[in-house]
Order: sequence, then C-alpha cells, then structure tokens
Amino acid sequence: MTPLANIIGVLMPYEFSPTVLVVSGTAAWLYVRGRSTDDGQERYRAVLFWLGLALMYAMLQTRYDFYAQHMFFLHRLQHLILHHLAPFLIALSMPQERLLAGLPAQVRHRVIAPLSRIRLLGSVMHWLQQPLIAGALFVGLIYFWLIPGVHFIAMLNLPLYDTMNWGMALDGLLFWWMVFNMRSPGISDAHHFGGRILLLFLLMFPQIVIGAHIALSQQDLFDVYAVCGRAWPLSAHVDQVIGGLITWIPAAMMSIAGGLVLLQRWIRQREPITEGEACREFT
Amino acid sequence: MPRVHLMALLLTLLLVGCDRQSAVWHGHDLTGVMPDLAFSLVDDNGHAVTASDYAGKTVLLYFGFTHCEDVCPTTLATLSRAVNALGADSRRVRILFVSVDPHRDTPAILQRYAEHFSPQVVALTGTRSQLDHLTRRYRVAYSYGNADARGDYEVYHSSAIFVFDARGKVRLLLQEQLGAAAITEDLQRLLSDSERSYHHATK
Repeated sequence: MTPLANIIGVLMPYEFSPTVLVVSGTAAWLYVRGRSTDDGQERYRAVLFWLGLALMYAMLQTRYDFYAQHMFFLHRLQHLILHHLAPFLIALSMPQERLLAGLPAQVRHRVIAPLSRIRLLGSVMHWLQQPLIAGALFVGLIYFWLIPGVHFIAMLNLPLYDTMNWGMALDGLLFWWMVFNMRSPGISDAHHFGGRILLLFLLMFPQIVIGAHIALSQQDLFDVYAVCGRAWPLSAHVDQVIGGLITWIPAAMMSIAGGLVLLQRWIRQREPITEGEACREFT
Repeated sequence: MPRVHLMALLLTLLLVGCDRQSAVWHGHDLTGVMPDLAFSLVDDNGHAVTASDYAGKTVLLYFGFTHCEDVCPTTLATLSRAVNALGADSRRVRILFVSVDPHRDTPAILQRYAEHFSPQVVALTGTRSQLDHLTRRYRVAYSYGNADARGDYEVYHSSAIFVFDARGKVRLLLQEQLGAAAITEDLQRLLSDSERSYHHATK
C-alpha cells in the first residue's frame, strides 16, 4: 500500500456512525460560525476546543476503534480520552457563547429559546450538575462498564458498545462542565473553588482502587479479548496490567490537573482586577 | 442525602442483575447480542456461498487457518467429536471453519484439511474484504505475524465458536476448553428447542 492509502486507511472509521459524524460536524460548524473578534484569549481557547473535539472524533471514528475493541489497554486509553481528557479540554475552552452565537438566529429563537424555558429540562440539568451527583456518576460509570460480565457483553454487542462510548463522552462533558463552568449564584469563592477541588481530590481514590485492582489482579478479568482475538499477540496479563495502570494513574492525575486549573482561577479572582482585564473574566 | 443512597442501591441491584452467568448453558448465551448469520465467502470447491446455503442447519462458526499447528486442529477435533456424539442429529449441524489466511489456504488445501475431521466440517475462505466484513460483524480480530526465511508466518485469530440456530439467529458462544461432552449437551438443547419451535410453527 502507498503511504497515502495507509493514512486514509487509518483515518477511515472502522465502524461508520452517522451520529458521530453529524454531532461533531455540527459542533465544528457552530464553532467556526460563532467566531467573534479574535483576541488572544479566544485563540488559546479555540486550540483547546479543537484539540478536544478532534480527540473525541479520532477515538470513535478512525481505525483506532478497531484496536480499542481488541486490546484491553487501548480500550482503557480510549475511555481515558473520551471521559477524562477530551471533555476536560472542551469544558476548559468554555465554548458555550461561541457555539450559541454560531446557531442561525432562526434556530436560536424557535428552538433554543423555547427549550430553555422548559422548567423540567432546567431542573434535570441542575440536578445532574450538583457536584456530588456529577461525581458519583463520573466514577459510577467507570465501575459499571468494568464489571466483567457487563464488559463481556458490551464488547460483543454493537448498540451496547456505542452506548458505552457515547455515555463516557457525554458524562465526561457533564462532569468537567460542572467543574469548570457551573457556578451557583451567591456562593463564596471558598465554597465554589474549594468544594470542587475537594471533590476532585476525593474522586481520585475510587479510581485508584479500581485501577490497582485490575493492574494487580492475577486473574484474567476480561477474557472477551482472548475469546475474540487481540489486535496483535500480547499476553493477557501484560494487557491487563497496562490497562489497569491507565485506569489508575493518568485518570487520577486528571483530578490534579483540574485542581490546578481551579486553584489558578481562584487565585486570579482574589487579586484586584485591573479594568482592562475585568471584561475578559467569565467565571 | 437519601436520594444518593437510593441511587447507589438501584445501581448495585442493576449491577448484580447483569453480572449473573446463565446457569442453563455451558457456553455463553448470546441470544439477541449479535446480528443474524450472514456472509458471502468461497467454499472448498471454489464456489461462492452465502449464509442461505446453510439455512435450516445449526451452524458453528469458527475462524482459523490450516497451517495452525495446535489450536485449530484441537478445536475442530473437539467440535467434530461433540457433533458426532449427536448421532443422527449431527446431519442438522454444520461446522463452518473460516480460514482467515486466503493467501495460503486454497480451496483444494481447505478440502483436504476438512476431510481430516467430521463430515459436518465445511472449510470456507474469501477475499480479504469478505473476511474483514465477516470478522467486523462478529467483532473478532485476526492478524498476521512476520514471515520467516521460508515464507511461513503465524496467523493470530479469535478462539470464539459462535453458534447459530436453524433460523440463523445467534445463540451461543462456545470455547474449546468446555470439552466435547458439554458442547454436545448445549447442541442437543439447541436442536430440541428449534424442533419444538418448528413444530409450533407448522401447527
């Protein structure tokens, strides 16, 4: 095969999903359309947004998905990116205003405005964005899909497999959105930033527990990869150890990264804001 | 917060419910988990075949290659023993051995290979794109190792045996390690199930 054919082969989806194409295409289109005056901060945020979006798309709609289906540690890496890294970048880029601005005025008035008036939608979102609920969901989903019996069926059943990956991406967005963008009115800095930093810190422990349990287990917990064949010959034990370490260390590190961002924002809030900077503050 | 406790309880119940193994079958019950049997391949006479050529048969689908020294012959031997033990009912079963090494496994080689095992073994292969289509459908992987000085290479493939009933619906996932006796029992149950549903349908 020529190098070009190779590259195209890698970038083509392993299992084509129109949903992923439409959702990421729409997000990209809105983000481009919503572009306003290009000041320095916007450019830096745009880099975060595009990186996050590209990572999500790459995880779901390239040849990588084949490897993630047939190697446990690559599956764990896929979830780390879908759940921890890509949504972290997207939430950090605070794209809401740009995405909204990108919507055609008709859609904004006829669809978004009535939707935002629906009380139920607002209260469901509010409920999901409570730190404790969002945190429990975040860790609960990791545990749920790693129950050996659930994992076995999820890797064999295409609709369930798609549900799992979509669920991780959506929950990642919800969680990091809560961390970086949701501030209840009238809450003090210490309560807002301190509470979130504490939550991120506490969430490390259940992730360390499950990661260590997998990495240190002597049993083949996820035999579906042996049954269906690994992408290349790698011993089941090594595959599981690496997969466990990915679930354990970089996943927990993302809590530290999130905590540092919050700490930096907290410190900046406490400094007297000069007039020029005041209009750039969003949080 | 009582709401959180309730959520935790519900989640636990859900988890316990999902983690239970099926107690009735020796293999994994895959009913409804994977799509119906469908493929287009080439048989050991070089003729194009599709799943409809095996309609009405209970099909055991297994992937491998004839240069396989250990796993494939062992698996095919175990499956042959399990099917032969069905007696007259063995005629209602086909073991489809799909070679994922079409480069070396010509129809002639496949035919000679299949003859070593039970008469119910049919060896199939296809183009790379036909094979990729089938392996993607059943979510299994295969890959090739590097060729040695004589041009021989290893082929890595799944060990899954997918079982489809007479209507082409996926029913079970078996493993060679279950042993011939357990596989025979599962096949007997499956055959009597489909017989009952057949009589039910013709009444």
